[in-house]
Amino acid sequence: MAYVAHDETAYVAPLEVEEEHLYHAKTWLGKYVFCQDAKVIAIQYACTAMGIGLVALVFSLIMRLQLGFPNTFAFIAPEDYYQYVTMHGMIMVIYLLTALFLGGFGNYLIPLMVGARDMVFPYVNMISFWVYFLAVLILVASMFVPGGATGSGWTLYPPQAVTSGTPGSDLGIILMLVSLIVFIIGFTMGGLNYVVTVLQGRTRGMTLMRMPLTIWGIFMATVLALLAFPALLVACIMMLFDKIIGTSFFMPAVISMGEQLPHTGGSPVLFEHLFWFFGHPEVYIVALPAFGIVSDLLSTHARKTIFGYRMMVWAIVVIGGLSFIVWAHHMYVSGMNPYFGFFFATTTLIIAIPTAIKVYNWVLTLWHGNIRLNVPMMFAIGFIFTFINGGLTGLFLGNVTVDLPLSDTYFVVAHFHMVMAVSPVLVVFGAIYHWYPKMTGRMLNDSLGKVHFWITFLGTYAIYYPMHYLGFLGLPRRYYAMGPTEFMPASAQSLNQFITIAALVVGAAQLIFLYNLITSYRNGKESGDNPWESTTLEWQTAETPPGHGNFGKDLPLVYRWAYDYSVPGAPSDFLPQNLPPQGGSAEGIKED
Amino acid sequence: MGISVGIMFFIMAVVAGWLLKQSFSTRPWIARTTIVEGHSGSFPQPSAKIGLWVFLAVVTSLFALFISAYTTRMELGDWRPLPEPPLLWFNTAILILSSIALQWARHSADSEEIGGVRKGLAAGGLLTIGFMIGQLVAWQQLGDLGYHASSNPANGFFYLITGLHGLHMLGGLVAWGRTSIKVWRGCEPAEVRLSVELCTAYWHFLLVIWFVLFGLMLST
Amino acid sequence: MPLVIALVLLVIGSVVFHFMSPWFLTPIASHWDTVDVTIDITFWVTGVVFVAINLFMAYAVYKFRYNKDRRSLYEPENKKLEWWLTGVTALGVAAMLTPGLFVWADFVTPPEDAMIVEAVGQQWHWSYRFPGKDGVLGIVDNGAVTDDNPFGMNPDDPNGQDDILIASPEVHLPLGVPVKALLRSKDVLHNFTVTQFRVKMDLVPGLVSYQWFTPTVAGRYELLCEELCGIGHHTMRGHVVVEEPAAFEAWLDAQPTYAELLAKAPGDAAAGAPLYAVCTACHGAQGEGNPLLNAPKLAGQGAWYMKRQLEYFKSGVRGSHELDVFGQQMAPMAAVLADETAINNVVAYIQTLPDVPAISTVMGDVEHGEDIYETCAYCHAADGSGIQSLNAPRQAGMSDWYLVTQLKNFKQGIRGQHPDDGYGPQMGLMANILPDDQAINDLVAYINTLEIKDAEASE
Repeated sequence: MAYVAHDETAYVAPLEVEEEHLYHAKTWLGKYVFCQDAKVIAIQYACTAMGIGLVALVFSLIMRLQLGFPNTFAFIAPEDYYQYVTMHGMIMVIYLLTALFLGGFGNYLIPLMVGARDMVFPYVNMISFWVYFLAVLILVASMFVPGGATGSGWTLYPPQAVTSGTPGSDLGIILMLVSLIVFIIGFTMGGLNYVVTVLQGRTRGMTLMRMPLTIWGIFMATVLALLAFPALLVACIMMLFDKIIGTSFFMPAVISMGEQLPHTGGSPVLFEHLFWFFGHPEVYIVALPAFGIVSDLLSTHARKTIFGYRMMVWAIVVIGGLSFIVWAHHMYVSGMNPYFGFFFATTTLIIAIPTAIKVYNWVLTLWHGNIRLNVPMMFAIGFIFTFINGGLTGLFLGNVTVDLPLSDTYFVVAHFHMVMAVSPVLVVFGAIYHWYPKMTGRMLNDSLGKVHFWITFLGTYAIYYPMHYLGFLGLPRRYYAMGPTEFMPASAQSLNQFITIAALVVGAAQLIFLYNLITSYRNGKESGDNPWESTTLEWQTAETPPGHGNFGKDLPLVYRWAYDYSVPGAPSDFLPQNLPPQGGSAEGIKED
Repeated sequence: MGISVGIMFFIMAVVAGWLLKQSFSTRPWIARTTIVEGHSGSFPQPSAKIGLWVFLAVVTSLFALFISAYTTRMELGDWRPLPEPPLLWFNTAILILSSIALQWARHSADSEEIGGVRKGLAAGGLLTIGFMIGQLVAWQQLGDLGYHASSNPANGFFYLITGLHGLHMLGGLVAWGRTSIKVWRGCEPAEVRLSVELCTAYWHFLLVIWFVLFGLMLST
Repeated sequence: MPLVIALVLLVIGSVVFHFMSPWFLTPIASHWDTVDVTIDITFWVTGVVFVAINLFMAYAVYKFRYNKDRRSLYEPENKKLEWWLTGVTALGVAAMLTPGLFVWADFVTPPEDAMIVEAVGQQWHWSYRFPGKDGVLGIVDNGAVTDDNPFGMNPDDPNGQDDILIASPEVHLPLGVPVKALLRSKDVLHNFTVTQFRVKMDLVPGLVSYQWFTPTVAGRYELLCEELCGIGHHTMRGHVVVEEPAAFEAWLDAQPTYAELLAKAPGDAAAGAPLYAVCTACHGAQGEGNPLLNAPKLAGQGAWYMKRQLEYFKSGVRGSHELDVFGQQMAPMAAVLADETAINNVVAYIQTLPDVPAISTVMGDVEHGEDIYETCAYCHAADGSGIQSLNAPRQAGMSDWYLVTQLKNFKQGIRGQHPDDGYGPQMGLMANILPDDQAINDLVAYINTLEIKDAEASE
């Protein structure tokens, strides 16, 4: 077997972009605020997302305080608790993870990694961020209106979300829905950019199958988001109609606080279908970019080609496609036609196969590698461990029968936090440690990074692994307080306290990370252009951080895929994508 | 939800089929220089056009989901169909005419006749505005007859779906306005050719959407 | 290296935790042991995968740690290995899924002869309905629900006349008989879960869902709502008592049918007046209450509430706790009322007494109290007038010192913890949000400022 072959080298003219085609900021506002450079927009997205995410993190700690030590903190009343629950979930899933992976990493990495000067529609891209920012503002505003933010859980199920037994059932829910609608509009603008840039903006030689998996993940996640967010949009608009105009799309005849409401005949289950038709792909909107990024981190730091690249690409595509026909596994016990359970359990468990393949391929990428165990790599390996755990518990919940005792318990909470919160967030951290040098020209502090990794990795496992067992015990989720029960041993409460303490420690550890981010910006070690000796194009820019237009005068030409690590016979253990083949020299091995 | 699932699946199948074509039998780790000479596999079309197509896929998804919601809600007991005002037929005719006018503008742009572009654009835009006024009048008529959005889900859906279609038309009119200003300030047909083409495609698309929506409301 | 150790320890720790942990499935009390078997199968398959992959990864991280003189193996793919892994995974998935689908098929098809019981959910309590002798449940409609017709029954429907209505969060079920629980909601989504039965299903307003199970172990089980249903979600609990069929039949026979409830005469105030004579000694001739005798104001309180409390006192649900000194005084007085009719009559008389707001005796920080009352307002209404359908009595204009006592009693478990007090535990959970006596005083001081806007409407 031989792996590397090439044809004779032919001279190819580099791709030049004329100066006037590029956007140039003329004012300070244009350069730093209303900037159309994808890299600046990326940082704006990332900072906004992490800012609001920090708020959601604090909310989660307040929730944990209440759960671990009920009746201790007078400032957490039941309505506050349910508002924290709702805002925490909504912010983390949509305003943090979706925005950070697609708006943040997507904007930063897509043009650089495919060899483009910028997104194809920079103006729309800029608007996209500001619309997102507006959505965040509306969301924050909803916490300060009379009645406060909605406390209906992030799923916003009607009739509960709009009837007065729920906190924030007037202005709170209206602003929440408006904020989501605005978010979706903004996201669609950004999403069009990400997709079209991947399709059209690639430099010469960057065929689809030479793209790094990061781009594949972000690309497919964006496609999913573009097709799935309309479902949420439809649900939000219809619920707004129900709330404001008094239609009965989702609202059946109900009694609220002893009074008949004017609605008749609507179907809450219809809302659930629409919500999860968006909600399930949303899981993969967050997961696929993480899958992609972690593949690149593993390959780079193990100095080894990603194992089974084609299988990896196909797994991403298949997962994306299947994610549209599994949504009702969130609704096994929702009162929908129970016969749907057969179909959705089957599709759900089928989706486990491509997902498992990805895990195998990550682990096989480490096998026979030459592993540099630096901070990004530690986060990547931590991700694999967490993701295996979270993925396997998904097989419990996806299997309709096993879901019966476990749904709506802490098992579900533990599962989705493991798979959709901790796993992607470990990747986010790994990715920030990995790309921070490119974004700032300086390395993040290694020792602080390691401390951050250990506390986060072990701490989150200490939070969520035992939590599954509270679920087995039957502890229901979204309970302000369990109070005395007959079927749970008293020791369950001490486990709850342990989890709370672990959560506080993990929460505090994130301050180390913030400190590292801020201080390294000035004091970090200079990184040089390619500190990790990586092959992909973003590391081959002339300047670090890359200047406006990304690549200087000439766009790079791509001669090879993104994973030429440790090519037999090559002088170094990595060959950048834009390195021309040296005709028939050491690197070339004849095919047998 | 069957309709939406079908459409999503169709879109995903298109994506997957296209990928299959690209990736089948490719072994990307084999470095080749020849591939550099051609292109990177991107479409030989302007990005704006691809952007529009992707956007149309999103809009398709949106309306498909509305239709799914509509058909699901329809099956519940309290659904009382509302009489479609005859005015809607007239509005449909106007919308068809506006599409034809824009097609004419596009044709003129292709054959570099700026006069035709102007007339086509103007006619198309005015007809569209006429369509939207007609829709508002239809709303008015229904309201006068006592068919309020809240009195039955069928009514609610009628206002919702026509309203959303109208909003998309309004968005189209913004693009139309930008193109028209360029044309009326005097420019070469080549400069606006792409804009006119994209406007036309968008109009045709919204016309098809309208056919589907109108047909759905007529048949239920 | 520390990472390798950590990974290995985490794997070992997880497995040890699984086997040693005292927190696992509660002992099963229904025939759904097949669900537990499916969980076991899933545990074995996933457990093996979890251990195998993670140990393999740990080994790889250890064995292939960085060495600058070494190169990685160049191996872009290995088709054969990948297909093998895919195949094995598919087998494992099938092994988990197949039994699951069989059990589900069982779950969605309740036996024809299953006993029917309807569980009705509403914010934030449970009630139940049995079809009665004819075996058919009468028509119900959320639109017909009022305080007097909480089940939304249709009085013209012959099938509904013999329906047995259980207006209590506790229901009894026979041992060893398949039960099909029809689930109906009056307001928002709820979920019917008895952890020991292993199955659950949502209640959705506008449709009737179901679940079925055969209770196999006698006992009293907690029923939980497991679908977020508003601010009182965590207080929406009930009980399912599983007992021998004979005991169950006896219990069921003692419950009222719809026709019996309809036939009940309303309380007669004239007949109640002489009965009230006993009460005047403490509660005063006008029902105005007397703090010196620890007798709260009665006039203006909801009839439904007083009726329930009198029944509680009479049957020892209230006034039997050893620390409830004043309740112990009330219990023998309530015993004076011979039967339900007597209770109804005396309550009807109290309804005729003039409702003069009680004098404020409790001082506190009103602003702080207002903050706290936000939570209370969900059930007791913003003006403190109480909401019958939520089992929330009136508070505004009633004896404030009594509110203080009762809040303390709820908080300390002196009131509301009797097994037959269906609605008390709810208030117990809620009273817990008051951290100390000062908070209670502040809250009550705020309640003193409330005025009921429309006195007619609140009754």
